[in-house]
Amino acid sequence: MTDMHKIETALTGIIVADDGAPLALPENGIGSPQRRMDGPDKVTGQATYAGEDMPNGTLHAVLVTSPVAKGRIAAVDTGQARAAPGVVRVLTPADMPTLGSPSVPPTAQSKLPMSSLDIDYEGQPIAIVLAETLEQAEAGAGLVRIGIERAKPAVFDTAEVEVPPTEGNGYVLGELDPAHGDVDAGFANAAHRIEATYTTPTRHHNMMEPSATLAEWRGGDLHLNDATQWSWGLQLSLAGIFDMEPSRIHIRCPYTGGGFGAKGYVWPHQILAPIAARIVGRPVKLNLTRTGCYTGCGYQSGTQSRLRLASDAQGHLTAVEHHTENVTSVSDDYIEFANMGTRGMYAMPAYRMTTRVRRANVGTPTAMRAPHEGPGMFALESAMDELAYEIGMDPLELRLANYTDSDPHSGKPFSSNKLREAYAEGARRIGWSDRVHEPRSRRDGDKLLGLGMAGAIMTTFRNASQARVAMTPDGRFTVEVGSQEIGTGTRTIFAQVVAERLGIPSERVTVVLGSTDLPPASATLGSASTISIGSAVATATDNLKTRLDDMAGRETRPDEWPDLLARLGVDRVQAEGAFTLPGDVSFDAHGGQTDYSMHTWGAVFVEMEVDEITGIARMRRAVAAYSAGRILNPVTARSQMIGGIIFGYGRAMLEASPMDPRYGRYLSKNLSGVQLPVNADIPRNIDVCFIEEHDPHASAIGVRGIGELGEVGVAAAITNAIYNATGKRVRDLPVHFEHLIA
Amino acid sequence: MSDGIDRRSMLKGSTAALGAAGAAALGSASAQAQDVASPSGTPNVNTSITLNSTSRSFAHEARVTLLDLLREQAGLPGTKKGCNEGACGACTVLLDGERINACMTLAATCDGRSVTTVEGLAAADGTLHPVQRAFIEQDAFQCGYCTSGQVVSAVACINEGHAGSEEEIAEWMSGNICRCASYPQIIAAVQQAATEMEG
Repeated sequence: MTDMHKIETALTGIIVADDGAPLALPENGIGSPQRRMDGPDKVTGQATYAGEDMPNGTLHAVLVTSPVAKGRIAAVDTGQARAAPGVVRVLTPADMPTLGSPSVPPTAQSKLPMSSLDIDYEGQPIAIVLAETLEQAEAGAGLVRIGIERAKPAVFDTAEVEVPPTEGNGYVLGELDPAHGDVDAGFANAAHRIEATYTTPTRHHNMMEPSATLAEWRGGDLHLNDATQWSWGLQLSLAGIFDMEPSRIHIRCPYTGGGFGAKGYVWPHQILAPIAARIVGRPVKLNLTRTGCYTGCGYQSGTQSRLRLASDAQGHLTAVEHHTENVTSVSDDYIEFANMGTRGMYAMPAYRMTTRVRRANVGTPTAMRAPHEGPGMFALESAMDELAYEIGMDPLELRLANYTDSDPHSGKPFSSNKLREAYAEGARRIGWSDRVHEPRSRRDGDKLLGLGMAGAIMTTFRNASQARVAMTPDGRFTVEVGSQEIGTGTRTIFAQVVAERLGIPSERVTVVLGSTDLPPASATLGSASTISIGSAVATATDNLKTRLDDMAGRETRPDEWPDLLARLGVDRVQAEGAFTLPGDVSFDAHGGQTDYSMHTWGAVFVEMEVDEITGIARMRRAVAAYSAGRILNPVTARSQMIGGIIFGYGRAMLEASPMDPRYGRYLSKNLSGVQLPVNADIPRNIDVCFIEEHDPHASAIGVRGIGELGEVGVAAAITNAIYNATGKRVRDLPVHFEHLIA
Repeated sequence: MSDGIDRRSMLKGSTAALGAAGAAALGSASAQAQDVASPSGTPNVNTSITLNSTSRSFAHEARVTLLDLLREQAGLPGTKKGCNEGACGACTVLLDGERINACMTLAATCDGRSVTTVEGLAAADGTLHPVQRAFIEQDAFQCGYCTSGQVVSAVACINEGHAGSEEEIAEWMSGNICRCASYPQIIAAVQQAATEMEG
């Protein structure tokens, strides 16, 4: 039995110097391997999630949704449902109040729920059944009879390709069609060329906690318990829709049971629960079922990427084309920028890229770990592997030959980049030098073995944030920030930031999260919490120290502060801090208006075995080395990267939500009919490390972000390893064993 | 409009009459529902359960699952609902010591039996179960939503004698999905706890 997955073993060498030398971990403050402060709550069932409160008088709400993807509601018969035991009210589109127009995002879809009789997608809400118990509401929902005049839906395969609008489209993260240099000459004069199309399937977040909301009106104020990744986005969205002052909307989010993007923007249930609560004058709990999540809170669109790469004889890229398409809804223009990673990854003298959508009768897609670079880097890194074989060159050497230390699109220098060190360390750990380039060269009995690798890149997103840090005479500190804990360990790492700043043990810091009555903070979306909120916490801590020094009239140490407060008769001193962005914007990407291009980087190496007879492929080992800025806590960071790698394994090998093109309906909307990685799928030796790094530009604390990066590149590393094992190139995910049978 | 109330005013204006109900604070955490039947339901079954070592009796409708009884009626929301069809394991509890999916079990079938949930694993003085300690030490969870089921399942996995190797643990813990995917850490936690419990 090996023990390399045991934490004591894994933490040795998790942070390494540029040359791969393992670094010692500090015992306190930033970088120390502390366990989660919310661990005891989570292992004892004491951590409460949004759907679990039950104020007196709460009604249970169940949505009745459209079983067809396109049509018009002709009749809604609620008679039987209203007569059912315990049913208090059934709401239909006729009951909906006049609403304001939503901003998109944070609202996911511009067309408000139950605002029209037109059906645009399967799962569109049609009625809400409100009852005293959950069972009564579920039974009542089954009694609502709906007449729909059906029409033939458009799906991804049949929809027209369109140029998405950029004006007024909040889903635009960059240029649609970046181009530079003489692409045609780059191809004409090249020594080597490849051209291929790669597809990734539509798939769902499947966070373990289905979306849930509990709405209660008290006087004119709206109180929501909500499973969200962005409390402030929900507040902003509802303020516009209900024409209210944002401060009168109070979002509470005790713990969020995963999200991966599904809980980032505002979906119909979060709009309908407050409306229902207002109409019936009682608290309303609306917890989506798992099936409800399949049509009620977004998904990652399938993507199609057409790649053309050309290089000189030594492997230097001379021209690159990356054209992408994704599906979007009738009402909105969600863009999956699958060519985003291609814009920043390699030195390219000439490139041409386009970004298109196909409009179909589907709900609006949304960000899912990892958006954009996630599906896109499967395409680019597969194409790079194909080019390496075309040239007859080691795939890692090809990456190194095309390394760039400035952004090939903007021309700006990177804020920090240790990708070359990550390549080297990952290659050393997997034993890349022993790899045999020729496919089908290594075997173990009936199993063909292969090594593959891929580079990873992820956009750095940042959000303006505020935080408050307070001190009390007992020597304890409190961080207050309106963020949410979704499993990334924010409660623990913000305490470590304060501890580092003040030189105190982090056990003396309590972190209070989960309410919009606290200082406004970044969404837990786009790997942006730590970079944004961590910086605000650091600034607030520095400001607190300045305030205490001012009170003392001299420079002081934290251990003097309890006496100082006692002497002055003060029972609490607090200070605020902010993380602001150049241009006074609330959000930026890729470095925004700074002089730097900001991304995170990684090198992913995988060993696959493929049974030559059955075609069944399994991952034997995965090694990943990252350049992501300073790591605040190697325990929580390692877990996030392992989770990302397994998420990428799911993308490569298991996950898909196929749609019946005749009806525009998902074939499965549950966990029984959709495959997700389980424990037995995953090798124990997933080896993660970070190159020591301190990014001086991206944040106040040296960090960038990690959450999404871990998923990027994994799928390509896997299919590249499968090619090395079998000589079979898989360009359409997920991999099926029938792709690999000899 | 049927209520005789202007819809827009409901959302904009003074709404004392409409907003007056539901007085409890949102933060009051499922405390009020101890051992009472649903307000206007038609409870027609009485079920007595030894729940986390305490005798409890519930009047409920026959169609209520053990999971919904625990979460909505017994004030024990630590047991989670992830899929409600036996596919994710978030609702794992021990029924007479054996792990089951509470979502697939009618509460009425538990009459006279013993149910242990994640809330019942720690000692009365709050000392954590070895599995709970190992999950914290090995960082075997992130968002925490599957964790109740994982921890309960791990206790049973060890008691069943299915913790002999990494491969065996992985197989016998595969009824519990962790979407944050802390799978290697879960293996490590089960190994650590098994060593302690069997030692």
